[in-house]
Amino acid sequence: MTMDLTDRRLLREPADPAPRRVANRELQLLALSWLAPVGILLIWEAASRAGLITAQVLPAPSSVARTAWNLISSGELPKHLGASLLRAVAGFAIGGTIGFILGVLVGFSRVAEALLDRSIQMIRAIPSLALLPLVIVWFGVDESGKIFLVSLAVLFPIYINTVLSIRQVDPKLLELARVTGLSRLETVRRIILPGAMPSILTGVRYSLATAWLAPVIAETIATTRGIGFLAMDAREFLQTNVIILTILIYAAIGVGPTVLPGIWNAVCWPGIQITRKGAANECA
Amino acid sequence: MSAPDVAVTVSNLRRRYGERVVIDGLDLTIRKGEFVALLGESGCGKTTLLRALAGLDPVDGGHIDGPTQPAVVFQEHRLLPWAPLWRNVALGMETAVGRAKAEAALQEVGLAGREEDWPRNLSGGQAQRVALARALVREPRLLLLDEPFAALDALTRIKMQALIRELVARHRPGVLLVTHDVDEAVAIADRILVMRGGEIAASYLTDGINATALRGKLLRELGVESDSRAA
Repeated sequence: MTMDLTDRRLLREPADPAPRRVANRELQLLALSWLAPVGILLIWEAASRAGLITAQVLPAPSSVARTAWNLISSGELPKHLGASLLRAVAGFAIGGTIGFILGVLVGFSRVAEALLDRSIQMIRAIPSLALLPLVIVWFGVDESGKIFLVSLAVLFPIYINTVLSIRQVDPKLLELARVTGLSRLETVRRIILPGAMPSILTGVRYSLATAWLAPVIAETIATTRGIGFLAMDAREFLQTNVIILTILIYAAIGVGPTVLPGIWNAVCWPGIQITRKGAANECA
Repeated sequence: MSAPDVAVTVSNLRRRYGERVVIDGLDLTIRKGEFVALLGESGCGKTTLLRALAGLDPVDGGHIDGPTQPAVVFQEHRLLPWAPLWRNVALGMETAVGRAKAEAALQEVGLAGREEDWPRNLSGGQAQRVALARALVREPRLLLLDEPFAALDALTRIKMQALIRELVARHRPGVLLVTHDVDEAVAIADRILVMRGGEIAASYLTDGINATALRGKLLRELGVESDSRAA
């Protein structure tokens, strides 16, 4: 009788309250992750109001917020933000596609690697600032040059991650493909690409961040639009408020891509709780 | 050409790793429906033999006369974490045919109705049962088992051994089970081989033989002098 009760309790206990406890913990951690950024803002505001920080050196967050509001209502900020985002998206689409195709080619073929990899690595080593004058000569000062620079910056993270992810697919699963008689195409479709996806997505995530930051340099080419231009312009006129605002915008949009793997998991492994470890490593 | 009731015939097989000869002129025949267990010390070449039969490793000499596509169950389940169970079972088969066959195979291993479930929701024993279903759904002439129960707990292992005996009796492939567990070999095999020095050093039929006596003999063959259970 006693045994029975103990057994049942052992069986039942983890079944009910545990998921809620896990959810609570996740929520707490989420709150915790915002503690530092919000805390810093509050301390900064307090220090400014107490007169510890001069407005010229570092304006208070509330004053930056006022500047932001003014720029939004005048239509200035949406215009610049839109221009920058458009460049980022166009550059990401072009660079990402090329990087992925090159990555797949080199990942699967030793010949393609011999043919392409060295050149790609050499181009990768060139800083975009060094390319800038050439880009102006080639593309002039319009959009295409800026998009070219973004594409180039985006290409490499996707390329490298795609190559590595294809090369690092679990050899045990490749053996499985052989003993189940999978064709080359089926092996790619059923085993290599799904196995490579988490790592490719890391590249995408990194590339999205790059795509967003690359215009900073691209927008130093004669232009009148974009967040990079806004920052340059503010520097000329020592508008610290605007400079801080552009920095905060970069920071805020930069965290966006970190949610991507979560979305991928939700789509591809529906209804399954994904751990941080990633599902792909758990096949063995 | 091999006889119709023969699953695989190996003759004069040789395999070297550099200077070291791992398989040295090995001969072996497994009939259809026959359950053969292969025992041997670590590094004696038993897994090398299995991988050669599976077509995963090349050989340096000799001849293997058997199916080009034997089914293999590995020590790890090797399920694809991104595919539902039925796709794992029907891997490489056409969707229409594969789905139905996978359903039947999953039912056979006691996982009926779990077709749409995911590998990560399975226990170790369940995952290994799916791996078994994946092997049997192809109706192989030869089934190769590479220590498939080694990672399972003792109770699950006993259940799996019973299940696999039952499935082999029904589907009648020739089976080669590589194991280092003497008790397991005695419990499920029709014939037990001991591999030593790159050859089959001894062969025992289990039918009608006293299990304890056989166990003692096998342990001595494997270089274990005193039987710890008797002590």
